Amino acid sequence: MTGDIVQMGAYIGAGLACMGMGGSAIGVGNVAGNFLAGALRNPSAAAGQTATLFIGIAFAEALGIFSFLVALLLMFAV
Amino acid sequence: MAGEAGNEALAFHPMDQFKVEPLFDVALDYFAVSNVTQWMGVTVLCIIVLFVLGTGKRAVVPGRLQSVAELAYSFVYKMVEDVSGHDGVKYFPYVFTLFIFIVFSNFIGLIPGAFTTTSHIAVTAVLAMMVFLFVTILGFIKNGFHFLGLFWVSSAPLPLRPILALIELISYFVRPVSHSIRLAGNMMAGHAVIKVFAGFAPLVLMSWIGVAVTPLSILAITAMYGLEILVCFIQAYVFTILTCVYLKDALHPGH
Repeated sequence: MTGDIVQMGAYIGAGLACMGMGGSAIGVGNVAGNFLAGALRNPSAAAGQTATLFIGIAFAEALGIFSFLVALLLMFAV
Repeated sequence: MAGEAGNEALAFHPMDQFKVEPLFDVALDYFAVSNVTQWMGVTVLCIIVLFVLGTGKRAVVPGRLQSVAELAYSFVYKMVEDVSGHDGVKYFPYVFTLFIFIVFSNFIGLIPGAFTTTSHIAVTAVLAMMVFLFVTILGFIKNGFHFLGLFWVSSAPLPLRPILALIELISYFVRPVSHSIRLAGNMMAGHAVIKVFAGFAPLVLMSWIGVAVTPLSILAITAMYGLEILVCFIQAYVFTILTCVYLKDALHPGH
């Protein structure tokens, strides 16, 4: 019985951790959208900033990956 | 293992593909030859073939292999020069090695039946830890104790600086963690999603619902595979460009 409750908690926690991915999705969309808005205003400067774009996306995405990792740990390691 | 309970429905578990197994009949320990070793060997072999055959002839008008090798070289060279500045070009061979290794293991992992070595945190953690140690030691060698200026944000008001220093310090030490987990997590997540869809594909053999589900899941696998090709390249690119950013911080720590 106690083991079942622990397992239930782990599964619920894994599901809750997936909400973090939504936040990361908003972040990545924000970065890309703002880049596009800026790039359309000044297309000549856009090519030089793609590296910055990818760095921004990577930082925003890392936190979503962290929540994915928490979910995986709850599913397979706890 | 908490995840073993409800797996009877699937023909295989989506995470099965990441299992490390010894190739020969020996116990799995640190020195056992496993499928990770095998596919890393394949990766290194492919890299050697590309660059030895590609640069061997040194033709003025490049052939196909030579074009690919030159393209990769100039792509990474330009990245290092743009992001790390002119001083960073000295460390270009290391960055290039990282990029080529990661991009090859990512793409070789996409071959059906192959093993993705970069989906394991053990592999990426070594790569990220090497970058972290390299950058930290290089920063202290190049700048001495001025390297600590990286944490002391001199443009901020004085009362804020200790708090910012603490935040900067934490974010500095989280770097190898996020650096390695980003690559491994992306690789693992993408391949697991493909396998989840693949688990639905044989449903047509079992029940009539499969007539609708099977084509959908095969379509989804194809779409995910296309996305994965993109992700494989972008993650190698991101890993390399973050290495360049860290290198720039080590060479010019001023805030």
